[in-house]
Amino acid sequence: MSLANNLSTSMFSSSSSAFLAPTSFNASRTRSVSVPLKSLNIVKCVATPQEQQIAYKTKVSRNANIAKLQAGYLFPEVARRRAAHLLKYPNAQVISLGIGDTTEPIPDVITSAMAKKSHALSTLEGYSGYGAEQGEKAVRAALASTFYGNLGIEEDDIFVSDGAKCDISRLQVVFGSNVTMAVQDPSYPAYVDSSVIMGQTGQFQKDVEKYANIEYMRCTPENGFFPDLSTVARTDIIFFCSPNNPTGAAATREQLTRLVQFAKDNGSIIVYDSAYALYMSDENPRSIFEIPGAKEVAIETASFSKYAGFTGVRLGWTVVPKQLLFSDGFPVAKDFNRIVCTCFNGASNISQAGGLACLSPEGFEAMQEVIGFYKENTKIIVETFKSLGFKVYGGQNAPYVWVHFPGRNSWDVFSEILEKTHIVTTPGSGFGPGGEGFIRVSAFGHRENVLEACRRFKQLYN
Amino acid sequence: MYKLSACSSMSCGISLPPKMILASLRGHKQGNGRCTNVPRNVNLEKLQNNYLFPEISKRELQHLEKYPNAKVISLGIGDTTEPIPEQISLSMANYAHALSTAEGYRGYGAEQGNQVLRKAIAETFYKDVAIKDTEVFVSDGAQCDISRLQLLLGSKVTIAVQDPSFPAYIDSSVIIGQAGDFQDKTGKYQNIEYMQLGPQNNFFPDLTITPRTDIIFFCSPNNPTGHAATRKQLQQLVDFARDNGSIIIFDSAYATYVSDDSPKSIFEIPGAKEVAIEISSFSKFAGFTGVRLGWTVVPEELLFSGGFPVIHDFNRIVCTCFNGASNISQAGGLACLSSEGFQAIRAVIDYYKENARILVDTFASLGLEVYGGVNAPYVWVHFPGSKSWNVFAEILEKTHIITVPGSGFGPGGAEYIRISAFGRRERIIEASWRLEKLFSMGKSPLLTV
Repeated sequence: MSLANNLSTSMFSSSSSAFLAPTSFNASRTRSVSVPLKSLNIVKCVATPQEQQIAYKTKVSRNANIAKLQAGYLFPEVARRRAAHLLKYPNAQVISLGIGDTTEPIPDVITSAMAKKSHALSTLEGYSGYGAEQGEKAVRAALASTFYGNLGIEEDDIFVSDGAKCDISRLQVVFGSNVTMAVQDPSYPAYVDSSVIMGQTGQFQKDVEKYANIEYMRCTPENGFFPDLSTVARTDIIFFCSPNNPTGAAATREQLTRLVQFAKDNGSIIVYDSAYALYMSDENPRSIFEIPGAKEVAIETASFSKYAGFTGVRLGWTVVPKQLLFSDGFPVAKDFNRIVCTCFNGASNISQAGGLACLSPEGFEAMQEVIGFYKENTKIIVETFKSLGFKVYGGQNAPYVWVHFPGRNSWDVFSEILEKTHIVTTPGSGFGPGGEGFIRVSAFGHRENVLEACRRFKQLYN
Repeated sequence: MYKLSACSSMSCGISLPPKMILASLRGHKQGNGRCTNVPRNVNLEKLQNNYLFPEISKRELQHLEKYPNAKVISLGIGDTTEPIPEQISLSMANYAHALSTAEGYRGYGAEQGNQVLRKAIAETFYKDVAIKDTEVFVSDGAQCDISRLQLLLGSKVTIAVQDPSFPAYIDSSVIIGQAGDFQDKTGKYQNIEYMQLGPQNNFFPDLTITPRTDIIFFCSPNNPTGHAATRKQLQQLVDFARDNGSIIIFDSAYATYVSDDSPKSIFEIPGAKEVAIEISSFSKFAGFTGVRLGWTVVPEELLFSGGFPVIHDFNRIVCTCFNGASNISQAGGLACLSSEGFQAIRAVIDYYKENARILVDTFASLGLEVYGGVNAPYVWVHFPGSKSWNVFAEILEKTHIITVPGSGFGPGGAEYIRISAFGRRERIIEASWRLEKLFSMGKSPLLTV
């Protein structure tokens, strides 16, 4: 049976593969332990039961860091709710504007390159085995010239990966458990979750909905979604995403200059997530390295996911400049290289062939068209919510619309929207306490689905 | 065409031992304030050298610079060389093309892997041992899974490894903070239990003298020794783990190379589901070293000491630190497991096994102690009284053949060389001929007997 047989043809459900979270992954799945006979003090002649269903346990302690995590990772949670909703309403035409999953086909020029590479792997001349863990030279060179041409970032500063989410964890492995970190609040949950897993944080504090030891830099409409750095404590690492997921805010040159200066003053390292840079409509910087001095304080991660629809193909990259040094002078890139060589084995050579095609003039133009399509979706969604009288943020420089529901619990709003319109969104609190009272609507989807969703929003909120 | 494993110009450029580079950097650092105030991860400082295989690549490149016309034969890094069978690459090409269509486009897949593929893996490899598809996690390869398992387990567990062993177990353990300091005298990390293997104990550790550790990494068929543990040996291992409340991480990446009736999965052993995780890979099975696909099995029955299912936490790691293997690679994986695909792959595996047989014969005929090569694509040759890096260098210098020095796999490998059997048949034959020339008639100082 080929994977092609699993094509979904439903018009209204997103064509992305529905992730059906195994419902068995919760504590109740543990085999119940029955009381061993030895707890009884009675001495009697009784026939002992055939089997004593005592679950065997190893003597290996659970990793206390993972125990600190409060719930499942955000997006599988959203997927679970979506799946549960479909069970409840099997005929509902669910529209997914939740998980930021791309929906439009990948341009031919790119998939042809991947198909060609696949075929070549069956030939003597074309077969290749292990690639360089840092990525193929041609891809690294193309990334350098396409995105960092006049910024002094070189080919060997670039590490090709299977995506930014994986790179975030690899960076955490580089940094280890003895560093402190700051995140924007709200922010993409992988920064916080990977930090918890790595052991950099304390316990989750339910009253403030924050992990101890993480510095949460509040980003709100009031501060233009840029933190007031004068109130931010020094941390070793600062995660910063711009254009921002989930708020859609894009930091200006002036703001990023202040951020770089802040990092310099504090001897901190910025991990700059530029996964949405090509969605920028305004004249804001697309790379942190546009800011003078950034090479000595910043790492940049990026991804083909939202540019080329590579969410399933898996390809991204991380830039670690040679100039970035730990406090003892040791280059961060050398340690990152060691992690890449030891904990990873390179991105798939087929995905990299696709990546190279993405960076050809034809491929890049085709990518821009698809990005343009999603940006048009974003515009439609923004206009819809604005026309309904909502305070709407984002949507200009990113494929996310950040809608304010003042005073309301975001999971409640999420549920209400899902129940009443069969539209999946993402509750803002999933991105941190600063997201409470907001809903993130992602703009990936077939145009007719986006239009239909907007019709339903209008119905619900008019 | 002679292919090189490319490596970053940066990692290759370092010829100084790490400590000397550090000293020279400190000199640069003083007074210019160009460093951040972020402390380097002390665990990474504990690593002694580069990861083994990029180091081998580096030596290969250096050798080529010295002898630009040498016809270097790479029997070092275990990199597959034979083309992937057509029906498999066709499957991947078709999947790629389909991504350009509305009906065929797919975005994010399940982080645990495509359900059809998980089922196929369960059915192909674990049918008789009742492993469910929900216990199979598809990945981008065993090396990556090893590190994800370390993230799962955290810094406070203790590990045991075979000695010698695939270096990723030790290195990932050091990186995550389990290993303690390196002790120059013994060549071992303080907190790691090294279970010595050799001909003297039939390449299976004496478990009666092995202290308890939380985790036991065990690879069979073994990289680098080629030994496949017997059913009896694995039962001992499972019983040992059970008695100690330990978790075995069983690396079965070479299972399909087994020639005799040695177990191919730890789950063939009764009781294993409550004490073991199994990792595996399409790399050496299907030539997917560059395509990137593997899997890990975490049985539902495997519980931490408090009763919490390990699978739950592994799932969390997979969902948070990973985003699934490439969907194109997974399409290829599924084709590998069709009966036609599997048959075609068998032919390639047999090709490599024949290579191994030729190499074993060559070394045996030279009177050298040779192990492995029967159940794994690695030949493990003993040079008593030698230092393996010296043997490596001598072989490279005199025959232009890249091998891997046994000490790269741990102190237990000190007097051994690993020869991998991946390569075009004519190269293997040529290599055998060169080795015969080197070692016959007492021409090599390496033959001290």
